[in-house]
Amino acid sequence: MADNNFPSPHEIETIPGTEGWERMYPYHYLFTTKDKERKEYEENAFWFNDALHYPEPMYPFDMIWDEAWFLSLSQFNTRIFMIPPALGIDHRIINGNVYITPVPVTDPNEVENRIPLFMERAGYYYENWDKLHDQWEGKMKGIISDLDSLEIGPLPEMEDISIVKNGLGTSSGYELLKNYDKLIDLGIRCWQYHFEFLNLGYASYVTFVDFCTKAFPDIPLQKITQMVAGIDVIIYKPDDELKKLAKLAIELGIDSQLGDDSKDVEDVIKEFKGSENGKKWVEAWDGAKYPWFYISTGTGWYHQDVSWNDNLNIPLSAIRIYVEKLNEGKSIDRPVEDIKAKRKKLISEYRNLLKTDEDKQTFDQLHGTSELVFPYVENHLFYVEHWFHSIFWNKMRNVGSIMAEHKFIKDTEDIWYLSRSEIKEALWDLVTSWATGTKGYGPLHWPEEIEWRKGVYQKFKENRPVPAVGTPPEVIAEPFTIVLWGITNDSMAAWAKLKEIGDPDKVNEMEGFAGSPGIVEGIARVCRSVEDVTQLKEGEILVAPTTSPSWAPAFQKIKAVVTDVGGIMCHAAIVCREYGMPAVVGTGQGTAIIKSGMKIKVNGDTGKINIER
Amino acid sequence: MESRQDYVLWFEECDLQSIPLVGGKNASLGELLKAGIPVPPGYAVSTKAYSLFLEQGKIKKKIFDALKSVTTDDVASGEKASKKIRAIIENTSMGYELQDYIGEFYRRLSKKSNVPAVPVAVRSSATAEDLPGASFAGQQDTFLWIRGVDDIFKHVKKCWSSLFTSRAIYYRTKMGFDHEQVEISVGIQKMANAWTAGVMFTLNPATGDSSAIAIDANWGFGESVVSGECTPDNFIINKITDEIIKKTVSHKTILYTRDPETHSVIKQDVPEERTDTQCVVDKDAIELARIGKQIEKHYGKAMDIEWAIDKDTPGKAKIMILQSRPETVWSDKKVEPVMKVRSSALAHICAGLVAGKKVN
Repeated sequence: MADNNFPSPHEIETIPGTEGWERMYPYHYLFTTKDKERKEYEENAFWFNDALHYPEPMYPFDMIWDEAWFLSLSQFNTRIFMIPPALGIDHRIINGNVYITPVPVTDPNEVENRIPLFMERAGYYYENWDKLHDQWEGKMKGIISDLDSLEIGPLPEMEDISIVKNGLGTSSGYELLKNYDKLIDLGIRCWQYHFEFLNLGYASYVTFVDFCTKAFPDIPLQKITQMVAGIDVIIYKPDDELKKLAKLAIELGIDSQLGDDSKDVEDVIKEFKGSENGKKWVEAWDGAKYPWFYISTGTGWYHQDVSWNDNLNIPLSAIRIYVEKLNEGKSIDRPVEDIKAKRKKLISEYRNLLKTDEDKQTFDQLHGTSELVFPYVENHLFYVEHWFHSIFWNKMRNVGSIMAEHKFIKDTEDIWYLSRSEIKEALWDLVTSWATGTKGYGPLHWPEEIEWRKGVYQKFKENRPVPAVGTPPEVIAEPFTIVLWGITNDSMAAWAKLKEIGDPDKVNEMEGFAGSPGIVEGIARVCRSVEDVTQLKEGEILVAPTTSPSWAPAFQKIKAVVTDVGGIMCHAAIVCREYGMPAVVGTGQGTAIIKSGMKIKVNGDTGKINIER
Repeated sequence: MESRQDYVLWFEECDLQSIPLVGGKNASLGELLKAGIPVPPGYAVSTKAYSLFLEQGKIKKKIFDALKSVTTDDVASGEKASKKIRAIIENTSMGYELQDYIGEFYRRLSKKSNVPAVPVAVRSSATAEDLPGASFAGQQDTFLWIRGVDDIFKHVKKCWSSLFTSRAIYYRTKMGFDHEQVEISVGIQKMANAWTAGVMFTLNPATGDSSAIAIDANWGFGESVVSGECTPDNFIINKITDEIIKKTVSHKTILYTRDPETHSVIKQDVPEERTDTQCVVDKDAIELARIGKQIEKHYGKAMDIEWAIDKDTPGKAKIMILQSRPETVWSDKKVEPVMKVRSSALAHICAGLVAGKKVN
């Protein structure tokens, strides 16, 4: 580890002009030198920037999910499943970027003591997986329905007479405070459920990976993932719906009326409603929206990640791509049979290469469990990050528009510059002044503060964060740290190297994770959001911050993918493996360094990208 | 009525059944071809051809008379007889019928190879395993880079005469085998004129991973790779998916090739424009790995294989397998389970968590 030196967390300097940034974030997220013990703990831990979840600096409100998973992941490791050697993951923030570190159990006796507890508790989940998982789906659907029905309405000049006649005894002001609390509570609760299965899912997968790499030192991680990945998992559903709608439009003979991307979705729907066949199609379209169009165009982690339901032109544009393909006589279906056959072949051939019956038994045990738990690992994303979050952000916008209406903020979208507790305080200010019939203090305070925060945020964005601070460890036991962030000696060395590169225009080789095999050369097209996908030309290489199921149609046009964020399990890697095209994911800086029109070579076998300059 | 197939047979016509006629080496080449493994093309001159030669040359009696004086007590007696008999065989002309068969096949082989008077290897191929004395002959005599019908005849006769090395005579006499029962076949095989060559293991010799195929390659003949004189290009290919999972293109400075004048093998500097160029294209590396898998399947064990890509076949690269033998380093190791046997997946998960993951 000697050559991987990272700065001390206390050495990182404040960016000029951002002094005072700390008040935008929870106080306990700050590195401190005030207390000797805390300072030493912080220096001796290895903190890496969670660029996987946060390719951009944090908005004060969006910290909600970071705090939510800080609590949830940690509690399941430390207090619920009693993972023997691993406690939670601790969080800090520097210059708007989140840094995290896995916390180990250091006392060997304590590890020993936790083993039987873990066996009992985790064992119960593994043994009752299907039953508990069904129950989980029920709970998720329950809170999504609660979220959906949550009313966050404007404050009236005068309360409706029904309040009097029903003897309700509460006001809209109170309801606003209550429903805001409920909204936040549902969000936090959703993230409690998020980790109910995930820690165990990853633990099982990590163990299978460990066995495979011991038995086959040269096995690519992709192959291990392919052996356990689900085939009929929810992640493909939204895209499947679009394919169905494309086929239906052709079948009904109305595909030409879909027009091109200059025609707005509302005009298309209006026109369709004028004919019988058109009506049939609109019915199917409306049916697909809930819940399948609650798919985020980003990771779902940021408020700006809109869903298809927020912009119906996105799914419509994708349907047009599919119609075009179909009319060219091309197949748009996932080669499911082929994927199944390939998967079966991988499993049986790797198994056959094992030299002893003992190994075959272990392989069967670990593969069986991984296969059982893996669909959850893939499906939870739809429930939480896509479906729940998409609705949640819009509920928050309702709060924002009330605040804007009362001039607490200039624009609904300014709400993201306040933390959730600041919003609560501001809402108290707002409802009390509304109740009293006076002017609130908020309009004097928040717009100015938000202007300043916007400036700070912009400076954060222009600054590239150090990949890691503190002292690298020798052993990592925390399953998430291994699977999700892929923390290895290699990745740490790669970060150290990235640190040294000053000028992005001088970079001609980059590295990421080998997400899907193959080598391809071609012209890059940088798409920062799913709206840019329409610019893609046949045979180009897509370079994107990240992709999600809403990007699926783009995969019909391209021959390789490069993403800034993501590991072997990310959407781009999964889809590329299915279509048999190369992907390099988690490059960190792909969209910053590569420009549209550049000729690049993507090596999905090694994870290398070469830029021709 | 005797036919052509009694005297000369393409390797494709040889198999295990034809060992008495073409010997073990030629038969195994035929078997490899039948298993879809490309070996350099060639043909067998059968044991019947050898018998016909003895008959037509009327030398049988002379030979066996010369052997009568050999005793195991007197080593010199065997040496004397050997010298005499080998001279008889090598100085007797082949009958026209045999000359026609062998010569015609040689011309057809040249045509097939797109090379006029194609250079070949001429080697003996012993017939029966139960006559171990015969195998002495087979092992010694291989003549490389032979060209033209006259030289072919000459070296075929040299192979025949190798049945009567003093060692073989001594051995048969001692064991009481009948000298007249011993027969020999000869194989005539195109020399691989390697553009690129090297070795291939049907496991990764660096890690022992049996799901991988490892290929080392350099320009020219395989000698430079086998001897370790150069750092070869290296490919690691996934045996299950036929994908290249790792590729290292090395700086290659020397190569072995054939001197067009002397027909001997010479060492040269790699032309500058090729030193850092990948010497096997991906497609060929994958095809090579596919053949490696077939060889492994054919023999039922991990193999160590010498191969070449022939430059005489224009248009597309022609992969040829020159030698294959069982891999010994990893195959001879004691097999231990990868992980301790445990009662459940959970027990494995728990143990794995406790061990943690070393990051350096």
